[in-house]
Amino acid sequence: MTRSAIELPVGADDRRIARLAALAIGLTLAEAALPSPVPGVKPGLANIVILLVLLQYGWRAAAWVSGLRVLAGGLLLGSLFAPGFWLSAAGALVSLSVLALARHLPRRHFGPVSLSVLAAFGHIGGQLALVGVWLLPGAALIKLLPVFAAAALVFGTVNGVIVARVLAAPAPDRRQSAPCALP
Amino acid sequence: MMETLRAGDVGVLLAGGSLVVTLAVWAWGGDRGDTAVIRAAGKVVETASLARTRTFAVAGPLGTTQIEIQPGRARIARDPSPRQLCVKQGWLTQSGQAALCLPNQVSLEIHGRTRAYDTLGY
Repeated sequence: MTRSAIELPVGADDRRIARLAALAIGLTLAEAALPSPVPGVKPGLANIVILLVLLQYGWRAAAWVSGLRVLAGGLLLGSLFAPGFWLSAAGALVSLSVLALARHLPRRHFGPVSLSVLAAFGHIGGQLALVGVWLLPGAALIKLLPVFAAAALVFGTVNGVIVARVLAAPAPDRRQSAPCALP
Repeated sequence: MMETLRAGDVGVLLAGGSLVVTLAVWAWGGDRGDTAVIRAAGKVVETASLARTRTFAVAGPLGTTQIEIQPGRARIARDPSPRQLCVKQGWLTQSGQAALCLPNQVSLEIHGRTRAYDTLGY
């Protein structure tokens, strides 16, 4: 008997990324159930997970978690390859690029709140750029820009404070095994 | 232990806040006019700055139209037209706004830095 199954070696990193991505996907699904007065204005709770991963395991892991979240979130919400999926992907891409630069800011002065706010602006910036170029070219998006920017500022700040609180929580050895014990 | 908000964070928040305010002013502020153009029977009879308070009396076929200018705004204060539409429009502030008193053939239009329309036909 020969084994026909192809075995992919799964390392500890893979398991960790999968677990964190599952957490981010859960938050994405929970958030999709929240009603929003303006389409596109969302708290971005999954970004809490992305930021925690970035600060604890580096940018590569954060990129993996973010990518998996966008893909699996699209699958679960039934919007895979629909405009909403591409908006999500564009936001995640720009947000990750911003974080790739912003993580080099000196830690002494710039904490999770800075990273979160910058990532939130990157997120909405990427989404609006895609909307402006592809989905609604020439539409009067300008009138909505302040709303989106204000939402990015508020939710970015709130998410950043949550990240800072989680990181500052006691029992760092426990956190290694359960990295995202969210309050 | 690091505190939640560090010096750079406050800077980022302030920068973000000023970005939001700038966007709001840019997107919602509009173009405040600085000149009032008054026409009678299609011809410009007066071009007045909105800098200081003035009143004009313009004669038309039905009678006299009173136009009032205050710093930053202008209106038709009194008009002999039967429906008083141009009077009810109230104060005009934005570039491109216009009040027309059609039976009396008097119009008041606000101009600003940019022209909202190339031309308006009445």
